[in-house]
Parts: sequence; structure tokens; C-alpha cells
Amino acid sequence: MSKKFYKDVLREALIEEMERDPNVFLLGEDIEVYGGAFRVTENLDKMFGPWRVMDTPISEGAQTGIAIGAAIAGKRPVLEMMYMDWIGLTIDQMVNQASLLHYVYDGQVTLPFVMRTQGGARASASAQHSKSLEAWFCHIPGIKVISPSTPYDAKGLLKAAIRDNNPVLFIEHKLLYGTRGEVPDEEYVLPIGKADVKREGTDCTVIATSAMVLEALEAAEALAEEGISVEVVDPRTLVPLDKETIRESVEKTNHVVIVHEAWKTGGFGGEIAATIAEEMFDSLDAPIVRLGAKDCPIPYSPALEPLTVPNKDDIIAAVKKTLE
Amino acid sequence: MFDDEKMKLLYKRMVMARQVEYGIREQHKAGKVRGPVHMCVGQEATGVGACAVLNDDDWVTSTHRGHAHFVGKGLDLNKMVAEMMGKATGYCGGKASHMLIASREKGMLGGCGIVCGALGIGVGYGLAFKMDGSNRVALSFIGDGATNEGMFHEALNMAALWKTNNVIFVEHNMYGLTVRADRHLSVENISDRAVAYGIPGVTIDGNDIIAVIEATQEAVDRARRGEGPTLIEAKTYRVLGFSTGDKGGYQPQEEIDAWTTPEKDPIARYGKYLVDKGICTAEEVDALHAEAQAAVDAAIQFGLDSPYPDPSVLMEGIFA
Repeated sequence: MSKKFYKDVLREALIEEMERDPNVFLLGEDIEVYGGAFRVTENLDKMFGPWRVMDTPISEGAQTGIAIGAAIAGKRPVLEMMYMDWIGLTIDQMVNQASLLHYVYDGQVTLPFVMRTQGGARASASAQHSKSLEAWFCHIPGIKVISPSTPYDAKGLLKAAIRDNNPVLFIEHKLLYGTRGEVPDEEYVLPIGKADVKREGTDCTVIATSAMVLEALEAAEALAEEGISVEVVDPRTLVPLDKETIRESVEKTNHVVIVHEAWKTGGFGGEIAATIAEEMFDSLDAPIVRLGAKDCPIPYSPALEPLTVPNKDDIIAAVKKTLE
Repeated sequence: MFDDEKMKLLYKRMVMARQVEYGIREQHKAGKVRGPVHMCVGQEATGVGACAVLNDDDWVTSTHRGHAHFVGKGLDLNKMVAEMMGKATGYCGGKASHMLIASREKGMLGGCGIVCGALGIGVGYGLAFKMDGSNRVALSFIGDGATNEGMFHEALNMAALWKTNNVIFVEHNMYGLTVRADRHLSVENISDRAVAYGIPGVTIDGNDIIAVIEATQEAVDRARRGEGPTLIEAKTYRVLGFSTGDKGGYQPQEEIDAWTTPEKDPIARYGKYLVDKGICTAEEVDALHAEAQAAVDAAIQFGLDSPYPDPSVLMEGIFA
């Protein structure tokens, strides 16, 4: 094991998969000569040469269409969508093409296509560069949605996404690129659709996604000092969702807090909460508490932005509320 | 151009494309074909002619108005009609509708119900072919309305920039939805838009299958040589309105009449061409017509006789 940065292991995953399979290629804005806005593709153009790492014009819709077409034609494109906020420009291609062609063409085509993007607030990037829009895609049948919180998960799941024969939305987080974690030196691939218990506990389950996993772990540490044992469950993949791991945890703790950075209204936490209410209601001793961003555009000012998304203190308060 | 047998086959395909639509229209009235159906009567020369220069491993992206593309690419009429009827024997097992018919075997990938929705995908095919060092070509049909979509401009720029193996074939049928071209296009000739991307753009008579074949052949040859995409604009006319749900009233009768004379109608023109060139006698043209009609009749019957898909397939194939 070695301690590595999230951004660096993403790069390692790309290199390993590009070396393994010549059909894997990268396209996106700023990724070739510049090496990526978040440095994930640094020097890959020099390593792999033309047609393997491609800077694209600022044309997100056609980038997506081209990636879909290349995938149908036998390539395994990995498209970097620099900010998740721009994903609206891709939605027709994702929702009316990528998600459904395998189904409506009755299996005559497969789409091994990964869209890497990053979301999240707290980087003073303001209202058009800070959102968490995963729920839009979780809503659409036919797209897998992955949202890793640690370097270990990021590497193993990106490799899995590239090997998957379906469209995959792979959501990174701008604040996680600079985080470090233990990663095996030998090759590994993680299963898509398997949650991970990031911390075991017995009193309350906190289901957290992406950067909120880190907040949840800090909250759990603080609560442990007060004698409250929190279990932190990271779904890692939202579609398909690992309901079994959630069920095991809920049956153990009987209390649930769900936290994500996306807006609370219409956020994927609502889907998780509804699933627990429908399928695990008898295991609950208290109402589920959901935490998400306040339902406002993400403001710029350092006095305002931190108020929008949940933090450690909000999670501590939520856990205490559900245990009351 | 082609040998006589192929020239005759193209005539038969044009008639099949037209008559299958009239057959489908009857079945639609009878409730055996459902939903909106978009007819290409009057546009047979473009679909059949452009596809005639392609091989099975050249891929085509189509539109919501793709029947002549499907027939042109050599798809089986029985499986086409069955798909339009939502039957298990259809090209896509009944999941697709007439708008989304696809056949990987024949290089039809495929129908698309979103205006300009498949053009980027077509450029993706052309890019993949280029990456492989292949001379395979991807031809994308779009309509005049599609050239006002952002995707048109984004995709043409990238295809031109990377010199992908593409042909963009615009069927300018004078209407986008119910809006006449002079009310939705800033240019008279869509081929002028090629200038913006530094690629060849040509305007041709889309009701003349010979002109369609010649222009497409030149564009395909160029793409096969790795010299990049060509924009072909074929002027034609949408005789039957937007779809079966269209209440009409916006296409003047004089305009329809002017486009459907024997001198303008693509099938009548090509029939005369075959006779004038001595490829067929008039009687042989009639016989080809009868053969096409028989194939259509058999396909309609095949569709009617076919079973619907089993409910068990509903949740199958969402993921690969």
C-alpha cells in the first residue's frame, strides 16, 4: 500500500486501462496539451500519442454524441466533463441516446462510455461551477452513476467503469482531488454496485456520498467522544444502489441520517430515504433525517457559500436529533 | 454508375419505400400501427440513392423520417414493418417504433426521433473508423430543421477539424415541423453553411436519384481517402406533412401539386430515366413496380401475423 492523492490515482487508473486496452481513449476540454484542469491527464498525450488523448472544442453536446458513437463503433471513450454544472449541455445525448440505445435497438449496440466529471461546492467557484447534479442521471434508466469518496475507491471504480459495457457517469469532487489515502501497489478493480462501510457503529447509520463522507467520518469521530457510535455507509455507486449493505446497517442501528451535497429537494437522498421507508420501515426506530444543500443557488461570498452545504456540525446535530 | 441489375433494384427500392408508407398508413388507420408515423413520400431518391453507394459496413444514422434510408440500406421489409407494428419479429423486437429502427448487420445504426440527435453519434462513428485507419464511412441523414440545432454546428466543426470519415446528407424537404424553410432558415442554401467549417458543401436536386448518387459517391470517396466530411444538401419535398398526427393546412395545395408532377416526382423521373437509357422497357418498369408492391403486401401481412413481444422482455436489456 502507498498513500496517494485522489487525482494521481485517477491518472494511474487511466494509464493502466489505456495500456491494457488500445480502444480506450480520452477526450475532453484542456486534457491533452494542458493536462486537465485538475491535472488528471497530465502528460498522457506524450505517453500515448495521437488519437488516444484528444483536446476537444468547447462543444459539450457533440463531445458526448461523438463519445457515444465511438463507443458503439468499438472504442471505449472516457470523456472528461470539466465541471458538472455544464452537464446540462450533454443531457439530450445522455438521456435520449446513451441511456436507451442498447435497450431500444434490442441489444444490437453496446455503449462502453465513461463521462468523468466533478461537482461540489466550497471552492469559491460560484453558482455555475459548484453544483451536485447526480440525481438528474440517477433518474434515467440505463446510466450507471458512481461517486467515489476516497482514492482507493476512485481508482478501483474508475477502472471498473472503463471496463463496463454501459454508459457510466463517474462523479469526482473538486475538494477530493487533493486528498490522500492508502491505495494498493498491485492492480485491483472494485465492483460497481457495492457500498462500503467506512466506519462501523451501532447507534446510527449515516449514509453519505462523495465529499460528505469525509464530513460524516469527522462527525462520527466527534460523536464517539460523546459515547454515540455512528456507522458511516458510502454507497459509492448510486446506480445501481447497494440496498443490501444499507439494509444490514439499518437493521443494526435502527436510525438513519442521509447526507449529500446536492440540493435536498429532489436530491438522491430522497430516493434512499424512500427506499428505506418502503423496504426497511420495520427496522426504523425514528424518522429518517435528510441533509442536503439549502435550496438556493450556490453563492460566491465566503460569508455565504459555507452555509449552503451540510458540514460536520450539521451531521452531528442530525444524528442527535434522530437519536432523541 | 451501377450495373443494370442494381439500377433496377434502386427503382424497386424507391417503390417499396413509398408503397410501404401507404400500406403503413392504412394499417395506422386500422389501429395496427400506432403513435405518430413520419412519412417520406416524395423523398425516396435521397434515401435510396445515397445508401446505394455505401457498403454494409458503412454506417448510417437516420432520422424520424427514415423509411427510405432503411429500404435503401437493404433492410428487410418484413422486419421493418413488424417493428412498426411493435411485434417481436421486428428489427428491435418491438421496442423501437418506426423512428428507431436499427440493423447492425446492414449498417443502419440507426433511426433517431430527436432532430439532429444522431449527428454527433455519426461523427463518433466516423472518428472511430479514422482512428482504426479504416476507409469505412459514416453517413448521417438530417433534415433542414436539424441544421438549426447547436449539434449541427458543433458536430460539423469537429468532423471538419479532425477530418473524420463522414458524409452529412441534408434532406431539405422545405419544412421543419410545420414551418416553411424561408421562415426558419437564415440562408436559402444550407450548403452555404459548409463554408463556416471549411468543408465542401453542395446543393443538388434531391428528387433526381442520379444527382443524389453522383454527389454522394464523390463525398464518400473523399471520406474514404481520409480527406474529411462533405455537406450535401438535397432539395426535395415532404408530400404528406409532418406525421400521421399532422392536421395540415400549412402546405399550399399548389405547392404540393407542383412537387408531385411526373416531371418532379422522383420515382416517375427515375422510371423514365431507366426507359430513356434503355435499361428497362416501360413494361419492365411496371413489373418492377408490381414486384415491389408484392413485397410490401407480404411485409404488411408478415407484420400482422407476427406475435407481440412477451411481457418478460420489458425489463431485459436496460444494461448490457
